[in-house]
Amino acid sequence: MPTSQRHKLMMSLLGWVVAFLVFFPILWMFLTSFKTELDAVSGTPNIFFEPTLENYAAVQERADYFRFAMNSIIISFGSTILALVFAIPAAYAMAFFPSKRTRGTLLWMLSTKMLPPVGVLVPVYLIFRDLQLLDSHLGLVIVFALMNLPIIVWMLFTFFKEVPKDILEAGRMDGASPRQELRFILIPLSVPGIASTGLLSVILAWNEAFWSLNLTTVAAAPLTAFIASFSSPEGLFWAKLSAASTMAIAPILIFGWLSQKQLVRGLTFGAVK
Amino acid sequence: MATLTLRNIKKVYGDVEVIQDLSLDIEDREFVVLVGPSGCGKSTLLRMIAGLEEISGGDLSIDDERVNELPPDRRGLAMVFQSYALYPHMTVADNMAFALRLAGVSREERMAKVGEAAKILHLEPLLDRKPRALSGGQRQRVAIGRAIVREPRVFLFDEPLSNLDAALRVQMRIEIARLHNSLDATMIYVTHDQVEAMTMADKIVVMNAGHIEQVGSPLDLYHHPESLFVAGFIGSPKMNFIEAKIASVGGDGTKVALSDGTKVAVPVSGGGMSSGDAVTLGVRPEDLTAVANDQATGGDLAGRVVVAERLGGETFLYTEVLDGQTLNLKGPGAMTYRVNDAIRLRIDGATCHLFRDDGKALPRLARNPMADLDAEPVAPGAAG
Amino acid sequence: MALFRRETQRRVNTLPLVAPSVGVLLIWMIIPLVMTIWFSLQNYNLIVPTIRGFAGLDNYAYLLDDPALWTAMINTLVLVGSVLAITVVFGTLFAVLLNQDFWGVGAARLFIIAPFFVMPTVSALIWKNMLMHPVNGLFAWITRSLGLPPVDWFADVPMLSVIIIVAWQWIPFATLILLTALQSLDEEQKEAARMDGAGPLSMFYFIILPHLGRSITVVIMIETIFLLTIFAEIFVTTSGGPGLATTNLAFFIYIRALLEFDVGGASAGGVIAIILANIVAIFLVRSVARNLDA
Repeated sequence: MPTSQRHKLMMSLLGWVVAFLVFFPILWMFLTSFKTELDAVSGTPNIFFEPTLENYAAVQERADYFRFAMNSIIISFGSTILALVFAIPAAYAMAFFPSKRTRGTLLWMLSTKMLPPVGVLVPVYLIFRDLQLLDSHLGLVIVFALMNLPIIVWMLFTFFKEVPKDILEAGRMDGASPRQELRFILIPLSVPGIASTGLLSVILAWNEAFWSLNLTTVAAAPLTAFIASFSSPEGLFWAKLSAASTMAIAPILIFGWLSQKQLVRGLTFGAVK
Repeated sequence: MATLTLRNIKKVYGDVEVIQDLSLDIEDREFVVLVGPSGCGKSTLLRMIAGLEEISGGDLSIDDERVNELPPDRRGLAMVFQSYALYPHMTVADNMAFALRLAGVSREERMAKVGEAAKILHLEPLLDRKPRALSGGQRQRVAIGRAIVREPRVFLFDEPLSNLDAALRVQMRIEIARLHNSLDATMIYVTHDQVEAMTMADKIVVMNAGHIEQVGSPLDLYHHPESLFVAGFIGSPKMNFIEAKIASVGGDGTKVALSDGTKVAVPVSGGGMSSGDAVTLGVRPEDLTAVANDQATGGDLAGRVVVAERLGGETFLYTEVLDGQTLNLKGPGAMTYRVNDAIRLRIDGATCHLFRDDGKALPRLARNPMADLDAEPVAPGAAG
Repeated sequence: MALFRRETQRRVNTLPLVAPSVGVLLIWMIIPLVMTIWFSLQNYNLIVPTIRGFAGLDNYAYLLDDPALWTAMINTLVLVGSVLAITVVFGTLFAVLLNQDFWGVGAARLFIIAPFFVMPTVSALIWKNMLMHPVNGLFAWITRSLGLPPVDWFADVPMLSVIIIVAWQWIPFATLILLTALQSLDEEQKEAARMDGAGPLSMFYFIILPHLGRSITVVIMIETIFLLTIFAEIFVTTSGGPGLATTNLAFFIYIRALLEFDVGGASAGGVIAIILANIVAIFLVRSVARNLDA
């Protein structure tokens, strides 16, 4: 075997061992979800077992998965759209008409993300109670939009920065007003960037647990609440917990896998040219 | 009809004056090339004309109307960018029709105009493609087509050929020149390539460090450079410069002495100069001749060949004369000199230029007839 | 100034474009912040509703005297620092690995980035129950099979356990970004280095690592933003214990507010957390601002 082939074989082995180890917890959860409760807790792991779907049935019986999933979808996509509506004009202005304050504004926005939500939970809870936003889709949509807004503005800012200035100038020579410039040139050109920004926002909103647990009870509760209801230590129902977990993460995992290429481009925040 | 008048134009970035007090007249239907080294302000000037760059001072008028404050699209201009700046998400047809669409022109009219421009530029088969599916030359043609469709008063070109390969550049050069003839439009063209300037321009504007060095027809600049800078910039290979001292000043010319004592008589007016003043003698490589040893006279410079570049049809010799000064010579392809050969170079004073130590040229006594070849017909006796 | 506005140089009035975003973020930040500061100066405990009124700095004095606050601060920094170190190191290694051409590299990449998409509550539950459980967990089975005494992860090394879980979630993020950075490295630069005699190690040290510098800063910045406010993982696994071993600031405030119902004290903790976040932010901003060509 030539050395390059041997090298490739070694790399393949190493790569797959690493991939297996990193993915193992998820795989194990997935396998466990098809075991009986007895198999699941047996101290000796077994890979060869009779797969059963009873856990999924049990989970669905106890809590209506689809309602939670629908809530998750409404809240994460809703908040993403809301945040994009606010962020696109702001990022456009900052990328193309930078002023002395632009950098400061961007960094300030980012710094608001560093405040622990728990530090302001009490006032937000009280305000939401008074505005009757508790346990409503709208409430979480607003919170998640605000929570992700700084990151979204920043990602869009880096995407807009990458649009060649020449093209916008050609647009101006052709008589495009700022609004037409945004609508006919910049937004169509930035669709991939806006998409990957939106993807990240959806993923972050989908997985957020703190606000969704504290601001919802039943009606608007997303999948994070669904999982929480299975994690209460009322016994070792691991198989059911695994089934519930699999159901909670499957949509977003598949979504993330399908969109990983777009996602990555945005996550580099312009650090990779 | 489109004439442009630039009066005392200034451009200031912070404390830096990148264009100082620049005035220029551009006639209707003229092909004007702004040329100069990078950073000389030629692109900035073009962008100010386009309206993409604010004018810090002075007046810019198109057809006697001051346009300083007009937005770009209301100036009646079209611009072809160096990067082509095509809208990547639109088809070729949509790219070309975009300005008309924004102006509210009806769809049929848009398509008619695009079709017309496409025909001129042979773009018809490409109208439904996206820019990324086009070659560099095709993209360039679409960019030009986008400009044509708007029927502008003035076309602006910002180094449009610099991203093309050499063969395509020659082809597009010819196409743009042809376009200028058939459209009868005023065109302003920025380039750093003096060959493009020489081949395309009616009028060349040589810029240096934010000001105009000289304005003239290509051969005017070639034969009558007013400064060392223009002399060095126009012509390829570059003009040779030799340190010299004034030997004598007379009515029929000025005689200079080189460091080895060789005397050269140049037909320029030596007004204000006196014997012993330091000057620079300029001689174009094509005006130098190599002479065989047996025909040598006292007026020839002895030297040694350092590099020989043979292009087949012509030969460039880089020689070392006069204690290390380099003189380049352009000769026929049949020259047999090899590296390290001794060589004798003859300078024909009649074709030489003299520059004072402030870089200004001493005026020639007579105009070269070639310099006025392309000029508009002039009244008899006016040409010198 | 309007007098001097010229149409030629496009001077879009950016205020109406930026103002909505800045405005809502200001409201989102300022109103709760002001309320938090206000509560922090009050005697406000939901269990003892009789004692109300202005408390001055009592809540802060009480809090700053509480050694638990300092433990929580140190825990926060330890957690953030360790996870950053682990994710950057493993992220770099995995990125180099995934940048090789091997069989099924695309699929391997999908598996390696998967943890990023798993919600923190779920990953905490998997690790806690199925892997790190002292009796029924897989790790316990492994140590048992090797004849070693089982490790009770969350009792014996609680902080390490939390760090492992959080790092597992964030390694994919670092890997993804650093991999993208690696792929943007000019092939010719690598070839030039090879011509200059660089072996794999010196190539990594002299060419690849410097090239990754900017991306590593971005990884550190983004991760720090999220790691400073880690909550779900601790909530699910250790509830801050045993004792205060895994109580970070976020969890500390949570205990005060929602378990002890001391709104005043919790708010004071919130203010302290905000101050700490800003200190970290200043350091981060200093190092990252270079990367922003604003």
